[in-house]
Amino acid sequence: MKKIIALFSIIFTIVSCSDDDNNTPNNVPQNVNTTFNFTHNWDGTAVSSADFNNIQFTNANGEEMSIEKLRYLISNVTFYKSNGETIVIDGYNLIDVTNDSELTYTPNIDIPTGSYENVSFTFGFNNEDNYNNNYPDLNSALWNVPDMMGGGYHYMQLEGKYINTIDVETGYAYHAIRAVNMSNAPDLLFQDTFFTVNLGPVNITNNISFNIEMNIAEWFKNPNQWDLNVLYNMLMPNFDAQVMIYENGQNVFSLKNISQ
Amino acid sequence: MRSKFLYISCLIGLIYTSCTNEPADNYVSYSPTPQPLNIPPLFEENIIAPVLPIDNPQTVEGIALGKKLFFDPILSADNTQACASCHAPQNAFTDSARFSIGIDGIAGNRNSMPLFNMAWNYDELFFWDGRVFSLEHQAIEPVTNPIEMHNTWEVVVSRLQQSNEYPELFQAAFGNQTITKELATKAIAQFERTLISANSKFDRYLLGEATLTPEEQNGLNVFMDETRGDCFHCHGNPNNPLWTDNIFHNNGLDATFTDLGLGEISGDPTDNGKFKSPSLRNLAFTAPYMHDGRFNTLDEVINHYSEGLVDSPTIDPLMKKVDEGGVHLTPQDKSDLKAFLLTLSDPSFINNPDFQN
Repeated sequence: MKKIIALFSIIFTIVSCSDDDNNTPNNVPQNVNTTFNFTHNWDGTAVSSADFNNIQFTNANGEEMSIEKLRYLISNVTFYKSNGETIVIDGYNLIDVTNDSELTYTPNIDIPTGSYENVSFTFGFNNEDNYNNNYPDLNSALWNVPDMMGGGYHYMQLEGKYINTIDVETGYAYHAIRAVNMSNAPDLLFQDTFFTVNLGPVNITNNISFNIEMNIAEWFKNPNQWDLNVLYNMLMPNFDAQVMIYENGQNVFSLKNISQ
Repeated sequence: MRSKFLYISCLIGLIYTSCTNEPADNYVSYSPTPQPLNIPPLFEENIIAPVLPIDNPQTVEGIALGKKLFFDPILSADNTQACASCHAPQNAFTDSARFSIGIDGIAGNRNSMPLFNMAWNYDELFFWDGRVFSLEHQAIEPVTNPIEMHNTWEVVVSRLQQSNEYPELFQAAFGNQTITKELATKAIAQFERTLISANSKFDRYLLGEATLTPEEQNGLNVFMDETRGDCFHCHGNPNNPLWTDNIFHNNGLDATFTDLGLGEISGDPTDNGKFKSPSLRNLAFTAPYMHDGRFNTLDEVINHYSEGLVDSPTIDPLMKKVDEGGVHLTPQDKSDLKAFLLTLSDPSFINNPDFQN
């Protein structure tokens, strides 16, 4: 019997390798996982890749249209504390709705529990991240912007077809990049078109998921009612179009809810 | 009795909780010689790692066996055609004929695909219509295709097993003299993964070892200009040495389709007329062009995109001014674009002695 007790003791010693930290005082922040889920809608109607390739949307200007490709980049998720301290997650995620990939982004850095005044992410790349960096995964996805336009990377590729004024299905390529004026090339003039999406305050008590929606229709609506008959392709070198995309992007994202 | 049972249970428990990775005994199993892919600097620096199946590591013996199989007509029913018959090294492993002729004298309906840099096909969808996943599975089909080698794998395996050479070669490659189609195609896939092309003039330009002519430089600009060639959205850019997205597109060849391409495989009519973007590497050696080899020259290809586009319901949105046939490049831009495209060809690849029979 003594042998049995001794063996059980050994086993318990060996297998009691738990990482549980139940003795942490309540007032000491714990690090938790954060997850960002991206879903998409067209003025409230859910949109997924299953809705692609068919003319079934109508934009604010009245054009019937389809979506064939949608992918976009978000970066630099940031948590703002009330004392002015920020936690910036130095990373990015290329959301590919067409292939239902990377719709969920889980940064590899945990965040301390506590109260935060705001959580935000960047649509696209800020200039520091956009230039002088080489991202093999983004290069592999052909996400680059031509060097003659300053290089860097796309922020978004939204493509599909629309019915034009003479009732013909026509392709559009609504690509977002940093606005560049090439009229005096090789001297290029830029205007920043990445923007910050604020998700608002949050009290993080546990592993947390932010469920974020993109209303795709907003890209064509506000403040610039988008006329696809005029602006349907060759938008990358179109400085004014890029600024309009930036302006319309301000109301595209919203926080649907938080779960933790 | 109860004590004995508990004692044994505890011993079993101890064994299970002793988390050692050491082998249970000290037997020595045969291992072929590892031969990691020689990844070119531009690939290493700019794109993500190649796809290498964990159950088919590259080995010296596996690659040698795969090469021998690739060039051996033993795979075809009448012993007349090898993989290399339609994938010739001097043509960057494609066929100079529009449609390859199988052993029964029957022509296919697609142009043979060139073979290089296939380990970087991240989605691992092969053939023009992407009907097969993984390089290992791709190698299975041509053997049994009735208009290609028109054989059965049972016959192939039997022939290989009875040959004087192959059982030993399989033993060396896989530690097993019992030949299977799975091992044969694993070996072929290993060889095919070594077919790396990364020494074109443009590669050397990027490495600072060559200079582009003004015409070639303008051709690159046409390629990268969304208002002119806009080739880069599907065929890549200097930051990606593959020169393809390996994705399926309808590039405006036909108004209606006799060959549905991806649509035939997916069953989705919105995929009709879509075929995989081929790499633009080695165009100097891979004529004719397009999935059906309809264009004999690069000039014809460029003219197609410039003024020959044909509308259809699944045409890619990136095809511009389709109602006018295309963007109508100037003769100079066409000529320069062709000059740039030819800088992507790699004579050292087609002359590499490692890739010859």
